[in-house]
Amino acid sequence: MLISKIKNAGAGLLAAVLLGASGTANADWGMNLPKGATVISHDVYDLHMMVIWICVVIGIGVFGAIFISVLMHRKSKGAVAAQFHESTTVEIIWTIVPFVILVGMAIPASKVLIAESDTANSDLTVKVTGYQWKWHYDYPSEGISFFSTLSTPTDEIYNDAPKDKHYLREVDHPLVLPIHKKIRFLITANDVIHAWWVPAFAIQADAIPGYEHVVWTEIEKPGIYRGQCAMICGRGHAFMPIVVVAKTDADFKKWVAEQKAGTATAAVAETAAVAKTWTKDELVAKGKQVYDANCAACHQPTGSGVPGTFPPIAAGKPFSASAAMMQHLTERGFLKDGKIVMGPVKHHIETVLKGIPGTAMPAWGPQLSDVDIASVITYERNAFGNHTGDVVQPSEVKAAR
Amino acid sequence: MSTAITHDEAHHEDHRPSGILRWVTTTNHKDIGTLYLVFSLIMLFVGGIMALMIRAELFEPGLQFMDPVFFNSLVTMHGLVMIFGAIMPGFVGLANWQIPMMVGAPDMALPRMNNWSFWLLPFAFALLLSTFFMKGGAPAGGWTMYPPLILQTGDAFPFLVFAVHLMGISSVMGAINIIATILNMRAPTMSLMKMPMFVWTWLITAFLLIAVMPVLAGAVTMLLTDKYFGTSFFNAAGGGDPVLFQHIFWFFGHPEVYIMILPAFGIISEIIPTFSRKPLFGYSSMVYATASIAFLSFIVWGHHMFTVGMPLAGLLFFMYSTMLIAVPTGVKVFNWTATMWRGSLSFETPMLFAVAFVVLFTIGGFSGLMLAIVPADFQYHNTYFVVAHFHYVLVTGAMFAIVAAVYYWLPKWTGRMYDETLGKWHFWLSTIFVNVLYFPMHFLGLAGMPRRIPDYALQFTGFNQVATIGAFGFGFSQLLFVYIVYKAAHSGEKATDRVWEGAHGLEWTLPSPAPYHSFSTAPTVE
Repeated sequence: MLISKIKNAGAGLLAAVLLGASGTANADWGMNLPKGATVISHDVYDLHMMVIWICVVIGIGVFGAIFISVLMHRKSKGAVAAQFHESTTVEIIWTIVPFVILVGMAIPASKVLIAESDTANSDLTVKVTGYQWKWHYDYPSEGISFFSTLSTPTDEIYNDAPKDKHYLREVDHPLVLPIHKKIRFLITANDVIHAWWVPAFAIQADAIPGYEHVVWTEIEKPGIYRGQCAMICGRGHAFMPIVVVAKTDADFKKWVAEQKAGTATAAVAETAAVAKTWTKDELVAKGKQVYDANCAACHQPTGSGVPGTFPPIAAGKPFSASAAMMQHLTERGFLKDGKIVMGPVKHHIETVLKGIPGTAMPAWGPQLSDVDIASVITYERNAFGNHTGDVVQPSEVKAAR
Repeated sequence: MSTAITHDEAHHEDHRPSGILRWVTTTNHKDIGTLYLVFSLIMLFVGGIMALMIRAELFEPGLQFMDPVFFNSLVTMHGLVMIFGAIMPGFVGLANWQIPMMVGAPDMALPRMNNWSFWLLPFAFALLLSTFFMKGGAPAGGWTMYPPLILQTGDAFPFLVFAVHLMGISSVMGAINIIATILNMRAPTMSLMKMPMFVWTWLITAFLLIAVMPVLAGAVTMLLTDKYFGTSFFNAAGGGDPVLFQHIFWFFGHPEVYIMILPAFGIISEIIPTFSRKPLFGYSSMVYATASIAFLSFIVWGHHMFTVGMPLAGLLFFMYSTMLIAVPTGVKVFNWTATMWRGSLSFETPMLFAVAFVVLFTIGGFSGLMLAIVPADFQYHNTYFVVAHFHYVLVTGAMFAIVAAVYYWLPKWTGRMYDETLGKWHFWLSTIFVNVLYFPMHFLGLAGMPRRIPDYALQFTGFNQVATIGAFGFGFSQLLFVYIVYKAAHSGEKATDRVWEGAHGLEWTLPSPAPYHSFSTAPTVE
């Protein structure tokens, strides 16, 4: 404890010297692994500290010898060089001693690893799927599933608004888990490789398309645990956080019941919503929300796109990009004479549903509902200076699936 | 001895074109060595500017200067440029200059191939750097080029692949040349176990290069056919396997790490005895340790993939084999320490960088040992802890060794001394700032900051600001290095032939500057 206090004081001093007192109000100068909230994470923390201390001791020995030489055996102090330059005994000793130390580290490390690998006899299974750039959680036995998307507003990211305490570590729908239950995660990805990492659980598991990566945890106390994607996955890599809310079993059961009721109501509402004929205003209003949450990251909140990579939504803007992107846009009538135009509705629906292969444009069909897709397309065709007046009904999207 | 003869011949055998054509057509090991080193220095600054742009964006949370896609391109290109453009050519340049002089040969064994292996590089990097101006931007999937993400690259993709092919061809030819020179052109009295450590480490490195560069070429070619010719090597939907790429890549990638550090071990093993005025402690155990490290480098690649979901047996195997590397590496560090022990030490700039190398590389070794512990690696993996680790071994390791080597041998190359006071300034500025830059990254990683992100949660602000200040200090300090080298080459004091009081080895028996054709008759090694 004393050591961590000294370390923190040292870090604070370093910061004060380098930066003055200003500008670092938000920083908490965390320097070590979290102790975590699971038995395994405590074991990992202990392993980590054990290895650090072994390194510190060896370091003191080796660096000590170097510094003694540097200080004492200087030519300027009249040191005369000894002529010894080999000793088989010494070489054997400093081969065998490190080996023994390594065995001493490998034994506890193997024990923890074996415990971590035992994914049998779980109480609850959660399927985690990485998307560019959000997480999808599925509780197969409860019939609950939802996407979990960053909820930090764009204004905060672009420094137009003060940043929240949980900047970039907050989501719309957190993963909810019960404590004191063995939870098995099946981790995979839909598009590129991601990594699901929650430091408090000491779990980092790559989410790989075509693979089902199995890990487990057992949380000790209720709380909110935060993490984020750890594998570079494209533009939004920094913007796909993980928030886990751990509840007591009773609270978790309550949450499951609420979700089930909500899902049932939502399914009925969705069917009704798809069947209903929406007005343009309703679609545009809903479409703006969908656009800001899902499309604005690449196509920008103003629909201006990013030159060379992400096409503008605003018609009339010049655009050129990679061959795969240009071919798709030209063939489907979204690009004429190097400028973006509003192509046919049919192709607009197809592009949003299926994505553009070989580019970062994902297939939104599996991620968004018919209402979402209909409304976002209607919005795109009537915002950012586009005045097509087109209205796309959810039923049309349903038919196009 | 041969000195007089070489000196004589240097005068009447020196018919070479002048001006730019001299450099384009040269087959001389010294000219080609200079070309490699100058190229390496330029790439160090190109990659360094990218690093400073990255650090500028990370000075504060929020997006300040660039779109995340461009940030990802910088991260990717910084890695490729520093590894293939700065560190590797730096070592090849040193090999070209030094190996013929150290083994008592007139030149490299295959001089025309030597010319070609250098001149491929500017073209490879022109292809690679031109991708910044292409539709869809430069590659942005990380230097490791993992599919499927890297397959989302725009028009830059084939340029990336062909640039990697060219770099690979260049490296393999360079390696063949080095092996041929060492095995065939040594002075007859120089047995293998009398070779200088720098020559030994490069011999082993060259075998590593020949073994693994074709593997990388194969991996990127499979990416190319996946993207353009409808194959599915790495496409799960087509029956392929994205993890297969990682296995192939790291089968190249781990020996690659040692390609970038073994010659550094050689350099340090030359410099420390010179300035300790004492022979290298445990020469033969150093040779065996180098060979052991090279062998182990082929069986530890899985430690880059601990989080992919390997079976338990795989995790245990790669954990144990990785930990084992600490043994021969430790032997090396202990031997350097024992060489200094009870020596008669002086601290000219090469020695300062060499001692800093031993200390800071060892810190990188400690974090490497920590990363080998699989359960703990799940917490360190893909975080700034890893970034700190590999920059300690590659910057304060490989790069410091190259800088030390340049100070050490520059008087032999130019016949002139560098400015010792400025050299010491360069050392202290570099060493202080490099630690301000990288040490806080350990803390960032442990506290939970992933690598390769353009924006971060607020709790990481403090150490990121410290690191950015260190980065700019370290970056600008390197301008001093350029000035020192330039000044030494143009107006330094005349150097003696032996240059350093404690120097041993054939290169110091030649005049300073060394004659154009190093040894035309084989010298005798005692």
